[in-house]
Amino acid sequence: MTATENITTEQGPSSRRRRRTGAGSRAGGSAPWVLIAPFLALFILTFILPIIVAIGSSFTRVTRSGLFGEEGVTTQFAWFQNYAQALADGNFIASIGRMLLFGVVQVPVMIVLCTILALLLESASARWPGFFRAAYFLPYGIPGVIATILWSFLYVPGLSPVIDVAAAVGLQLDFLGPSTVLWSIANIVTWTYTGYNMMIIIAQLKSIPTELYEAAKVDGASSWRVARSIQLPLIRPALVLTTVFSIIGTLQLFAEPQVLQTVAPAIDSQYTPNLSAYTTAFAYNDYNVAAAQSVLIALVAFLLSFLFLRFTNRRSS
Amino acid sequence: MTATARTPSGTDTRSVTTADQSARDARRAGRRGGPDRSAGRSPAKTILVTAILAVVAVYFLVPAYWVVIAATKTTEDLFATNGFWFGSTFALWDNLSAVLSYDGGVFLRWFANSVLYAGVGALLATYFAAAGGYALAKYVFRGRDTIFGLVLGGVLVPGTATALPLFLLFSQLGIANTYWSVLLPSLVSPFGLFLCRIYANATVDTSLIEAGRIDGASELRIFHTLGLRIMTPALVTVFLFQLVGIWNNYFLPLVMLSDSNLFPITLGLNNWRSQVDRLPEFYELTTGGVLLSIIPLAIAMVVLQRFWRGGLTEGSVKA
Repeated sequence: MTATENITTEQGPSSRRRRRTGAGSRAGGSAPWVLIAPFLALFILTFILPIIVAIGSSFTRVTRSGLFGEEGVTTQFAWFQNYAQALADGNFIASIGRMLLFGVVQVPVMIVLCTILALLLESASARWPGFFRAAYFLPYGIPGVIATILWSFLYVPGLSPVIDVAAAVGLQLDFLGPSTVLWSIANIVTWTYTGYNMMIIIAQLKSIPTELYEAAKVDGASSWRVARSIQLPLIRPALVLTTVFSIIGTLQLFAEPQVLQTVAPAIDSQYTPNLSAYTTAFAYNDYNVAAAQSVLIALVAFLLSFLFLRFTNRRSS
Repeated sequence: MTATARTPSGTDTRSVTTADQSARDARRAGRRGGPDRSAGRSPAKTILVTAILAVVAVYFLVPAYWVVIAATKTTEDLFATNGFWFGSTFALWDNLSAVLSYDGGVFLRWFANSVLYAGVGALLATYFAAAGGYALAKYVFRGRDTIFGLVLGGVLVPGTATALPLFLLFSQLGIANTYWSVLLPSLVSPFGLFLCRIYANATVDTSLIEAGRIDGASELRIFHTLGLRIMTPALVTVFLFQLVGIWNNYFLPLVMLSDSNLFPITLGLNNWRSQVDRLPEFYELTTGGVLLSIIPLAIAMVVLQRFWRGGLTEGSVKA
């Protein structure tokens, strides 16, 4: 049924147009524009214009003449000077590398975890699926900052019961050391977003026609076989979607390291690309280089999403 | 996206459905009662699966549990007693009243700000995304594909990448550090429009729109009475995504706002937390504030999670 529905909607526009002209009704007209105008206006104001502003200011340089800029400010086209400065900054490059390492580990772990949880919850073997779904999903409703505040209390020696418990069995845990703090952040991110990604996958699982499961049952397929041959292939789009969003999210990481900064000396002001851009803009007041950094972050995110999508498309064809 | 997922199954499904209509109806009734998606079940498997799920649940619930316990303690107990159990004195009410009364009740103000940003922002954003998605799905007009392409690109643009330039732009417009500076960007949800378009494509039947037209309803009226109603399940999803997205947003308000009276709760609580090193009493203010801020969202998540699904109106025309 769903398939036929898709086919009709695919053909919808053209057949409707024919019918419309046949019936002589003047449907459409300005209506679509009226409907989309509010969205479009706001989209232009908050997406298109800022992007243009960012690209524009990333190519300009503001010079203040006089000791305190009292002799006026001149803005001039600077070609790739700001980009060169951003790319020459070893700390900024290191922060991107750090996020790549973070993403290579954290994203697969989270996607695998949320897929397993979704499959288990949707299998008939799970008791109280509603409760578990709510429990896993709960952290998504807790803002990243507040989640980080929470976890930071569980990371700080003296306050953390986790460290106390581990010490009781002879384990020395240091969540905030230079080599471990990145994974402590990964834990917070995984904790926050696993339930959210799980919900996207569950939504896709629910759209699988029941007939397929029944056919599999008739064929005597095991749960494992159903998961591998029916569910996993059909939730691929959801997996691709959640992975792309996770990649983009990884490069945007900001709140968690910024909040942990006060308890973890290992996190410097350029720990993540976004933290770096924020510092450049508001601590050094160099908006142009910050704009160049923002553009670079977006480009890297685009590039990674694109490469991932290409990779998955090639594998499916 | 869902369409591509469904296509491979299309042929078998159709052959089954045309073969036996009444059997399908019986199955649909059965599906409503409760889905049976497994190939078989056994008590041992139920116990194993449930045990795994329970262990994972502990991981997700421990921080929330910890904050409930921590909020009941005095600052001395917080450091002196086991974090996973209550301290010697039960100071929850003292802590909460301190949270609510500190600095002339600024916590309530932050909370109200968050409600304003998230509530108003999500409501309007959902409406705009619904109208836009419906227009893109149900009309053919010049520029449709360009707009959709742009919006799709917008889904992939990191939110924090636009926040800095948006601040520069809003500073020039003179609306940085106002309610508008956080509210305006919250009104746009490219992902919401994307979802609404897919959903409108799959569920809002063209023949229904035609019927509305024949009855003489205007296009806008058709959208408001018919489109919005059929799209409700998707709209609930978009609304919730946007609500949580705005509620959780930190970078945008951090960049835009300097007046602490305009802060949402995220910014406000972090402001308190950053003072714990100098003034230990802020530990209790922060944990109490975190607890109070989590409660409404936790209730909302549990109550609303049943709405986090699509496909509820499939077959609205056929029935």
